[in-house]
Amino acid sequence: MSWPPARRSGARRPEREYEKVAAPKKGRSASAQSKPGRSLALILIAIVALTGGMFASGHTTPRLGIDLAGGTSITLRAVPEKGQESAINKTNMDTAVDIMNRRVNGLGVSEAEVQTQGDRNIIVNIPKGTNSEEARQQVGTTAKLYFRPVIATEASAGATPSTSPSASSSASGSPSSSTTPKATGSSSASSSVSPSDTATSQGRAVTDALKADATPSASASDSASSSASPSPSGSSATSDANAKLEAQYTALDCSKKSVQNTVGKSAKATESTVACGENDGVWFKYLLGPAAVDGTEVKKAQAIYNTTTAAGWQVTMDFTGSGSKKFADITGQLAKNTQPQNQFGIVLDGQVVSAPSVSSSIAGGSAEISGSFTQEEAQSLANMLSYGALPLTFKEDSVTTVTAALGGEQLHAGLIAGAIGLALVVIYLLIFYRGLSVIAIPSLLVSAMLTYVIMALLGPAIGFALNLPAVCGAIVAIGITADSFIVFFERIRDEIREGRTLRPAVERAWPRARRTILVSDFVSFLAAAVLFIVTVGKVQGFAFTLGLTTVLDVVVVFLFTKPLMTLLARRKFFANGHKWSGLDPKALGAKAPLRRTRRPHAPVDPKEA
Amino acid sequence: MSKLGSLGARLHRGEVGYDFVGNRKIWYGISILITITAILGLAVRGLNMGIEFQGGAVFTTPKHMTVSVNQAETFAEDASGHDAIVQKLGDGSMRIQIAGIDTDKSDGIKSQLSKDLNVSSENIAADLVGPSWGDQVANKAWEGLAIFMVLVVIYLAIAFEWRMAAAALVALIHDITITTGIYALVGFEVTPGTVIGLLTILGYSLYDTVVVFDSLKEQTKDITKQTRWTFSDIANRSINSTLMRSINTTVVALLPVGALLFIGGGFLGAGMLNDISLSLFVGLAAGAYSSIFIATPLVADLKEAEPQMKALRKRVLAKRAQAAAEGEPAESHGTDTAYDDEPEDAAHAVVGPRTQPASRNRGRGRPSGKRR
Repeated sequence: MSWPPARRSGARRPEREYEKVAAPKKGRSASAQSKPGRSLALILIAIVALTGGMFASGHTTPRLGIDLAGGTSITLRAVPEKGQESAINKTNMDTAVDIMNRRVNGLGVSEAEVQTQGDRNIIVNIPKGTNSEEARQQVGTTAKLYFRPVIATEASAGATPSTSPSASSSASGSPSSSTTPKATGSSSASSSVSPSDTATSQGRAVTDALKADATPSASASDSASSSASPSPSGSSATSDANAKLEAQYTALDCSKKSVQNTVGKSAKATESTVACGENDGVWFKYLLGPAAVDGTEVKKAQAIYNTTTAAGWQVTMDFTGSGSKKFADITGQLAKNTQPQNQFGIVLDGQVVSAPSVSSSIAGGSAEISGSFTQEEAQSLANMLSYGALPLTFKEDSVTTVTAALGGEQLHAGLIAGAIGLALVVIYLLIFYRGLSVIAIPSLLVSAMLTYVIMALLGPAIGFALNLPAVCGAIVAIGITADSFIVFFERIRDEIREGRTLRPAVERAWPRARRTILVSDFVSFLAAAVLFIVTVGKVQGFAFTLGLTTVLDVVVVFLFTKPLMTLLARRKFFANGHKWSGLDPKALGAKAPLRRTRRPHAPVDPKEA
Repeated sequence: MSKLGSLGARLHRGEVGYDFVGNRKIWYGISILITITAILGLAVRGLNMGIEFQGGAVFTTPKHMTVSVNQAETFAEDASGHDAIVQKLGDGSMRIQIAGIDTDKSDGIKSQLSKDLNVSSENIAADLVGPSWGDQVANKAWEGLAIFMVLVVIYLAIAFEWRMAAAALVALIHDITITTGIYALVGFEVTPGTVIGLLTILGYSLYDTVVVFDSLKEQTKDITKQTRWTFSDIANRSINSTLMRSINTTVVALLPVGALLFIGGGFLGAGMLNDISLSLFVGLAAGAYSSIFIATPLVADLKEAEPQMKALRKRVLAKRAQAAAEGEPAESHGTDTAYDDEPEDAAHAVVGPRTQPASRNRGRGRPSGKRR
């Protein structure tokens, strides 16, 4: 028995025992206990501050994930090219995310988010109300970029009415003009090429018109207006394959969506192919030669605003060593030809994204494409060009489209489940802990409130989005949080069973309960942290909530439950062990303190020592 | 009052004294039996892997579909060229699962379906999964599981001792085996949600175990300084003293999960909520069981193998034998009635070895009035 008799007598004079036992022995708890008001004030201030922050930031509800709000979520997996396993690194993944982000958000979806997950996954979330299919195409296209010489091109038969304005605009400002090499600000021998197929937008036509003086007209073969482009194959088409391709080209109707998405997809780099390319709603078909330069030979591409020549937005490309040689060769060849054969098609995954024309050989490993782009167009082209340099392809691993109705339903169900769960726990606590529920229930509510507010704030702060697994995590966390109170209450009851009065019981129970709570919460947090770091997809959202609620649980128990318990222990209702207080010594089967002298109590000794 | 009711009252008073450690062989046996059944189930029946693990698509139609399930199945099979499974959910919407299709083709199938079913394709929710996605999720989950186990064993070995860490690990593996075994036997579908639930069990099952261990550690601090109790006795006391908490915790944890299961299963019919809560429900129950019946007795076994504890045991037994020789059985009886329930365990432990149903029953049957 490590307990001196003095303490037993103290049990009848709680005030003194408490001073003797709790204060000197458990120094750490002493401060918390002596100033319970301070802790309570602290947590109340924290709640008020956080809630204030929430209202100030204007995000009063947590940001909802795709599965609750509706939308499309795409998970992409990076697949490296053979022998290039090391290509999956942070830099490349970040570039890919950047590119995809701009591509998706370039669609006018400002809310779409693209982020890496794990080491080789990219998640693209597109909220409802946007063209998810288009976005999917944007991110899902396998980045195979080639520069192919154009053999022939024309607007597809059955082109949409939007051809007419483009035709008229192109008439005014012959867009297929090729510009002479310009002296750019950079010292590199860069030349500029202007895309012929970007002629149709009104804005561009105007700027093209502005620089019309520099353009020797070759408008007879302007791709927008001419319906029958000269077939170049007369000179070279000797083989059957070429004739076949020729026939294919003639038959090709790029105005059909099914055709657009399939044609040219399987084309080999070394062979000629046909392809479609869109330009402001007008689809053009192309007959293209073998790839002259591979997309991976583009070292860097970026959109810049050329202030020196007032040429507006341009895209500059830097080639690698082999790339610059090939590019010089091909541009040299192309420059000798006439429209459209002086164009080369930048073919991304079988689709012509741009087809600039060339007027002279471009050597030096760097080139620029000008042609009155808007900023977005220039950036998008630059992205596509640099995307091609990534030795990664991305495979769609999962695509989840949730309708707004289904999302709402799931949210609804989650909330109902949470409410029912909380209600059941409250009822259980009421039955089992009676008066102590006065502490337990507000603690649960404080915990719930903090969770909600922090989730709402984390939305804008770190892009946290509440998804269904996260809701599950929060509901499951009700149990974890309630458990801390149970550990504490049971400890207090243990002490009361041993004959102590409430106040010393609380102070003695707390250090032990605290340790148990910390140890078990640590294990729980460890599980959440490991899951969050290691896993992918939905598991992460769940782990995050679980970790967050575990931390909050500790905060609430330390700053709210314990001080409140200390305060309430001073109330007569609890201190005298009222029948409904949940601390009735009789109901708990407490021993009369005097008996304890004789009790064979050895195993308890170490516990108390 | 019913037996259960009085048990509840006794639990409330912290009076239950069941010899968990003494009867451990029974519980080990039961657990081994369950585990073998689970492993057999896994081996023979295998897990019913959801569409997420095979690759394919799940389409969910809006509510109030007029088309019959069979019809929808035909539509889906025509549109995809693959077998389709169609379920009608509680709210009248339909869940169409088509395995083995490529993510590329799903758009076509979706638009075809929307035409056939006469709903706008925007109102069809689609979940398209590539064949390797589920494996990736599962592999990552295994990876997480392994890392977690290593870390937690290290942590428990530091915070407690390696024996407890080992016992906790055994209990954890036990829980996971049982849960997966139940999935195999019942044939529940395994989805990423199931994996999430399973991973949560990790934390939860250990949480429970840790609480018991914490009490055990506290109570055995100075165990070698006395000769009245063996380690097993104290382990048993620890379990009994935390029993109330374990039960309360488990109930409180199961209540919200049960609500999730009820809502997820009854209201939504299927999906993430249901999957997570189902595996949680099974796992939580197994976790509570294992921390009481497996983990702690295992620690007791491991501890008793220590020379120090062996010596203690010898001393304790010698003392008890001596007491018995001195004609003390009456004393034990006296203790039993004169003091309250807490020494009650003690009483039958004193009288002798572990299983002493008679003494326990006598203890239980006592009118509670005598106690005070």
